[in-house]
Amino acid sequence: MIPTVVVFSYLAVVLAIGLVARRSGHQRNAEDYFLAGRSLGPAVFLLSLFGTNMTAFSILGASGHAFANGIVTYGLMASSSAFVIPLTILVIGTRLWLLGKRHGFITPVQMFRDRWECGHIGTCIFAVQAVLLVPYIVIAVMGGGTTLSAVSGGLVPFWLGGAVVSLVVMGYVFFGGMRGTAWVNTFQTVLFLTFGAIAVSVISAGMGGFTHAVQTLLQSPSTAPLLTRERISPLYFFSYSFIPLSSIAFPHIAIFCFTARRLEHFKRTVVLYPICMLAVWLPSVYLGVVANAAKDVPAISAKLEARMTLASIGNTLPADDLDRLRARAGGDDVIVRLLEGYAPIWLASLLGASVMAAVMASDSQILALSTMFTEDVFAFYGGARRFGASVQVQTGRIFVVLLTVVAYVIALGAPQSIFDVATQYAFAGYSALAPLLAAAVFWKGSTKWGALATTVWTAAAVLAVALIQSAVPPPPPGVAVSILSLGGVDVISRAASGTTVLGVLPVVPMTMGSAFLMVAGALLTSNSLTGAAPLAKYFPGGQSL
Amino acid sequence: MSRAEHLVRRVPVGSIVVGGLVYLLHQDFWFWRSAQPLVFGLLPIGLFYHAAYTVASSLVLWALLRSLWPRVDEPGADAAGFADRPPAR
Repeated sequence: MIPTVVVFSYLAVVLAIGLVARRSGHQRNAEDYFLAGRSLGPAVFLLSLFGTNMTAFSILGASGHAFANGIVTYGLMASSSAFVIPLTILVIGTRLWLLGKRHGFITPVQMFRDRWECGHIGTCIFAVQAVLLVPYIVIAVMGGGTTLSAVSGGLVPFWLGGAVVSLVVMGYVFFGGMRGTAWVNTFQTVLFLTFGAIAVSVISAGMGGFTHAVQTLLQSPSTAPLLTRERISPLYFFSYSFIPLSSIAFPHIAIFCFTARRLEHFKRTVVLYPICMLAVWLPSVYLGVVANAAKDVPAISAKLEARMTLASIGNTLPADDLDRLRARAGGDDVIVRLLEGYAPIWLASLLGASVMAAVMASDSQILALSTMFTEDVFAFYGGARRFGASVQVQTGRIFVVLLTVVAYVIALGAPQSIFDVATQYAFAGYSALAPLLAAAVFWKGSTKWGALATTVWTAAAVLAVALIQSAVPPPPPGVAVSILSLGGVDVISRAASGTTVLGVLPVVPMTMGSAFLMVAGALLTSNSLTGAAPLAKYFPGGQSL
Repeated sequence: MSRAEHLVRRVPVGSIVVGGLVYLLHQDFWFWRSAQPLVFGLLPIGLFYHAAYTVASSLVLWALLRSLWPRVDEPGADAAGFADRPPAR
């Protein structure tokens, strides 16, 4: 009962933050509602930008991945992001802010349309970005339902949990717009950092110290490899470092770059971003790894037994049993289970609320999609001119409601595995869209046809990988199924961890192909260069890189 | 000014080299199969390396701020209050 009360109190607080944000900020036009009037201060800008990137995937997914794969999770997902994400914010985000401030851009597609003088190609980019973003919103609704159900011990069923979380997120996005979303993200980040640190100390004490736990893992041949990276190839590890390129290409991150009050605010964000990554990811990964030594926690012991059964007789089991066993061995709830085992109930409840915070990170994505719809479709096709700025903001709000309802209905009916695959490859898709931003901002010779080629390639590649993932079931760990081989060389393979192309993740050929098409497309259509006057907005000195 | 001269002047070559080096240091094959030594008795060396890499990233980004910061002649720089500053090189 106590956890349920704490989590519902937390939900009430974030809803109240959204209402306060509405009262404190003017929301007369699109810039006020969608960008908080470009007025976020340095602390809110840093913490909310970081909070926006800190999703259920990064907290629950990281510890679950570390539970199964060991310390490699940190190098795969955290340390490369800690360098690449702030670097892209510094190099591209600051330029986006400058262009947005001067020319009034609210979405990246507005800038693309202006930069390459392309209307319908901009719509095409909008469509691909939107399709890649929707699965995240659905996953967040599912995560909200699952977490609320787990925290309440089944008192709140999945459908009700999903509905409550959807209503709360919709509420503060609807009323507070970007200001409400940024304040809630800041609150959530502070909450998670504070109680996360306390939880690490409490769990350490409960396990008899982490030194003891690590020694226990080292002594067993089955768990010692979790403290190294020997189960993952260096090539696979390398290819993962392309994933953080996706961050700046996500519309909600690019749009967020428009919200800072001053360009100076980027400095603190760029420098402190890696430290925030360390503060959140190191404990998440570490707890995921040492959970393998927490055999005195019944729920974790059951997971370890399921994993051993999978390893020993997994190949002989029917598909349904295999899926059930995989689900039992899954580690996405491992932090919640550690808290149940070692933390007092009030702390476990507060941490449950923090986990809810991470799960609810869909707010920025809902707002971004709403912003994109009202700016890139409604306003672009004459809606704002015909009906006025006030109607445009109301349209954005209606879109927030519709989007939330649609996501909720889908979340109730569709199997989560479909969306897990979709989100997994949306990262690769957004990485492949990163060359669009770089070319728009830095390359005078880029053309709209290059941009179109990049966009179509990205959509086709994501679709192809998703089809392969769906059509070819994952083989047992350590085995790779060849899907396409040329001259005795396996070009496309399916492994337990996903699809690979020549041994690397699809994100590598997707991003490189995207960059190539941008260059080749531009060179082949050099007669379609942007006119001198629009180009001067972007390259006032006359020359690009 | 020729295009080559322009590129040399405009592109912060040093920053690209430093950025590339930091990126390469992420691919630390040297601690691949070893958990030992355990730093502070609890952090496997591979994990400690990447935690230290994260802190180093923060320092490198701080050092790169000046050279990769938008130039004063870029659009909107006046709005950012940078008009009276010398070009970042």
